[in-house]
Amino acid sequence: MSVLEPVVELVRGLGQTFRYLFDRPVTYQYPEQKREVRPRFRGRHVLKRYDNGLEKCIGCSLCAAACPADAIFVEASENTDEKRFSPGERYASTYEINMLRCIYCGFCEDACPTEAIVLGDNYELSFTDRRSAIYPKEMLLEPVPTVDMTTPRKVETGVYKRSVPEMKDPTD
Amino acid sequence: MGVEQKLGNMGVVTTSLETAVNWARTNAMWPMLFGLACCAIEMMAAQASDYDMSRFGMELMRASPRQSDLMIVAGRVSKKMGPVLRRLYDQMPEPKWVIAMGDCASCGGVFNNYAIYQGVDELVPVDVYVAGCPPRPEALIHGVLTVYEKVKAEKFKDLAKG
Repeated sequence: MSVLEPVVELVRGLGQTFRYLFDRPVTYQYPEQKREVRPRFRGRHVLKRYDNGLEKCIGCSLCAAACPADAIFVEASENTDEKRFSPGERYASTYEINMLRCIYCGFCEDACPTEAIVLGDNYELSFTDRRSAIYPKEMLLEPVPTVDMTTPRKVETGVYKRSVPEMKDPTD
Repeated sequence: MGVEQKLGNMGVVTTSLETAVNWARTNAMWPMLFGLACCAIEMMAAQASDYDMSRFGMELMRASPRQSDLMIVAGRVSKKMGPVLRRLYDQMPEPKWVIAMGDCASCGGVFNNYAIYQGVDELVPVDVYVAGCPPRPEALIHGVLTVYEKVKAEKFKDLAKG
């Protein structure tokens, strides 16, 4: 073993370090540059509406029953044709999700008969107190397609009798 | 707590010193290793080169509470771990902050049972709760930035009162 050997090894090792100076940086500059989430990513929930602006949620509480963490609270009330929120008999008058309890498993999505609740792609959920983590219906519901489609609204009698939309292809 | 007790009410000196001190605090806030469960994996990912928390002054995770300013409780805290967590929190020097990372540390999450603390705020004062099971590294960084906003808004006057 010559005297030079440790020096050669040192240069070889530092050469590896030096080579990384010219590599492209791999870091995502997070708050400025956001990485796309995957198509099946499950983030903050959204309550959907039909194209005519009526809410899809019919207040059946199946999501609350499916929730393994008991994070969802639903209270249903009766629809009338003068004050209609959703098609069918009932709508969710209270709909709350505790974002800190929710484990984003997507069981609520699976349980929903009208595909009203969908897990979106927002993951930026930090709270300074626990009370503000409970999202009420107003925060979860997506905005109306156009301004005149707000709920509740007055509709013609006998049009919206079905709460679950008719299935076009039963094999689907 | 040193300087803030003496300089609580000196007008422009206090406000500019506040800005300087809070700037310093937010640019070198060392977190303490407190990985207890799966959230720790995401915490490691946030430290690694893809997300790199060193960009926010979190150069390295300290294993010693005496050298850390921020406790990131990542994971579920069992009844047996509780006293340990409190003891480590008490050993951290003032000023100190706590992030409850993930559902379990924030409120028990899916583990609503006899063995798990229903939120780490039963033990220590929590500044920021980060939701997610586990949160993405970005979500943790968002929580850290929320802590920074809170620290930047701190006033000596309020700190001196305790």
